Amino acid sequence: MSKKGYFGEFGGRFIPETLEYPLRELQEAYFKYSQQKDFKDELNFYLREYAGRPTPLYFAKNLSKKLGLRIYLKREDLLHTGAHKINNALGQALLAVRMRKERIIAETGAGQHGVATATVASLFGKKCDIYMGKVDIERQKMNVFRMQLLGAQVLKVEGGSQTLKDACNEALRDWVTNVRNTYYLLGSVVGPHPYPLMVRNFQAVIGREAKQQILKREKKLPDYLLACVGGGSNSLGLFHPFFKDREVRFIGVEARGKGFLSQHACSLIKGRVGILHGSKSYVLQDRFGQIEQAHSVAAGLDYPGVGPEHAFYKKIKRAEYVAVSDKEALLGFKMLSETEGIIPALEPAHALFYLRKLAKLAKKNSIVIVCLSGRGDKDLEIVQKVSS
Amino acid sequence: MGKIREKFEELRNKGKKAFIPYLTFGFPTLKDFEALLYVLDSAGSDFIEIGFPFSDPIADGPIIQISSQTALDRGVNFLKLFSFFKRVKRNINTPLILMSYYNPIYDMGLDNFFKKAHPLLEGLIIPDLLPEEGEDFLKKAKTYNIDTVFFISPTTQEERFSLIERASSGFIYYISVTGVTGPRKSLPSSILSHLKKVRKKTSSPVCLGFGISNRVQARKFKKYFDGIIVGSVLIKKIIETYHRKNFLKEFKEFVLWLNS
Ligand SMILES: Cc1ncc(COP(=O)(O)O)c(C=O)c1O
Repeated sequence: MSKKGYFGEFGGRFIPETLEYPLRELQEAYFKYSQQKDFKDELNFYLREYAGRPTPLYFAKNLSKKLGLRIYLKREDLLHTGAHKINNALGQALLAVRMRKERIIAETGAGQHGVATATVASLFGKKCDIYMGKVDIERQKMNVFRMQLLGAQVLKVEGGSQTLKDACNEALRDWVTNVRNTYYLLGSVVGPHPYPLMVRNFQAVIGREAKQQILKREKKLPDYLLACVGGGSNSLGLFHPFFKDREVRFIGVEARGKGFLSQHACSLIKGRVGILHGSKSYVLQDRFGQIEQAHSVAAGLDYPGVGPEHAFYKKIKRAEYVAVSDKEALLGFKMLSETEGIIPALEPAHALFYLRKLAKLAKKNSIVIVCLSGRGDKDLEIVQKVSS
Repeated sequence: MGKIREKFEELRNKGKKAFIPYLTFGFPTLKDFEALLYVLDSAGSDFIEIGFPFSDPIADGPIIQISSQTALDRGVNFLKLFSFFKRVKRNINTPLILMSYYNPIYDMGLDNFFKKAHPLLEGLIIPDLLPEEGEDFLKKAKTYNIDTVFFISPTTQEERFSLIERASSGFIYYISVTGVTGPRKSLPSSILSHLKKVRKKTSSPVCLGFGISNRVQARKFKKYFDGIIVGSVLIKKIIETYHRKNFLKEFKEFVLWLNS
């Protein structure tokens, strides 16, 4: 990471002037507080006592046997609120408290980040508004209700594709308007500097734990790390602590949706370098530089951009990116439910399906850690609808 | 010196302030846009700001969002913009300033963009580009002699004023409020005290934009600034009167009234 907030040529701050100062203020607060002992202690306390860390690294015996791999699941689905998003929400909420912001806003797609944000807002006594696209409000109803129960207001976004991208636009507009009293709690490794760096660091607890756990269990590093990529936070959280361990291969799974000829969300595989939501990275866009609508059955992957650090990983070939379709993700969803008794969210179901392909490519009994980023409760209705 | 700055010198010598109306390219239709452009050209505009529609306009409020989406739905793009202005440029006397988000320009390639833009446009405003990120962009703008406009907002700290001034070869765009574009009934009184600080550190022309919605505001702020920019209120007027037979005439009267 260079001084200006770049990962190689990716990242930066492409934002309206009004946000220049708040972002600088945030950057300074983040670098200052995140180094302090009382901040670290407090964050660790909440991660442990409130969110339920460390999460198990579960050896998936049945699935391993079935596929001829040694598969470990990093159980972020067991965290309070049901997904990895709480790791970042807690970290940023502690910053918001120190920065004395009265109000927290966030965007959400699947609703997991919205729920995590509403949760920490309730915990720390902050007013909370969550922007969510109309399409996502309809397909993730239970999460909308959860946010409301937690005391947050869910604001419906009707512009554009009515999904995560537009929720992000609206949250940015809110922040431009209410910069002085509002903390924007961004939910993935996207957006202007310092968000991609900060969110990755708050999520890196996933990889730090996983590394200790696998070394204890297998006495060696894994061969593969596997995670789904929406904005890219659960994947980078897992990957980052292994960055220097060159023998560990990273595989990021993007959503192929209905297919490359139709609508998908494969920004890294099919996008071009561009600027969306404040940073330079891979973006799905038409031939005139207008942002295209993404599609995925998993609301959390339904986004036409991706974090700049992933763009950097792609460029330097540190990670490999593959695509899994809606239909395949549903197979992944069923596979884990039926073999291990664990119902995953549709987002990590993409990564789970890819295990079947990896089993054919990798050496037998390769060690694979999959980030099970969230549980499937929020998706039961969708799966029921699609399967009937 | 670029054409925008030249014109400001001219205005300054006459003791005049710049009136800068805004239109969204291709809105309501390309044909109507052309007609509206001619109206502005003949209604005392000193510059005309042309907004290029973008799918994700994070600095814009509902009115400009609607106009942008409408134009995009009708198939507007940069090729159309350049061929349009190639055709009509000689009919217009007012210098043109293009406002575009950065992605379409970046995606086109800076060289390619500036080659096409420089005979047609006198100035550029990129609402999601900070001077700190604009090194390549500024170099090209200088090479092609197109003036650039950067922003100072109510949250901008004094230590960045001179950086922003250096990047702004055209003028400095002062944003009246923390917020997105859109008409405001009242504007914060802190504008004038903040402007004083800006004036102390800079000598370039400073124009006020965002929120100006009536003649009282326009008159008041013309006293203090080198010019004013009116956008959303014009688009709103177009939306409200578009169905009427004499909508161009009404538009012209409205513009003349605002600037009187
Ligand atoms: C369970 C789960 N996994 C993954 C994601 C995708 O986000 P990211 O790529 O930032 O981890 C989401 C986003 O909503 C999610 O809810």
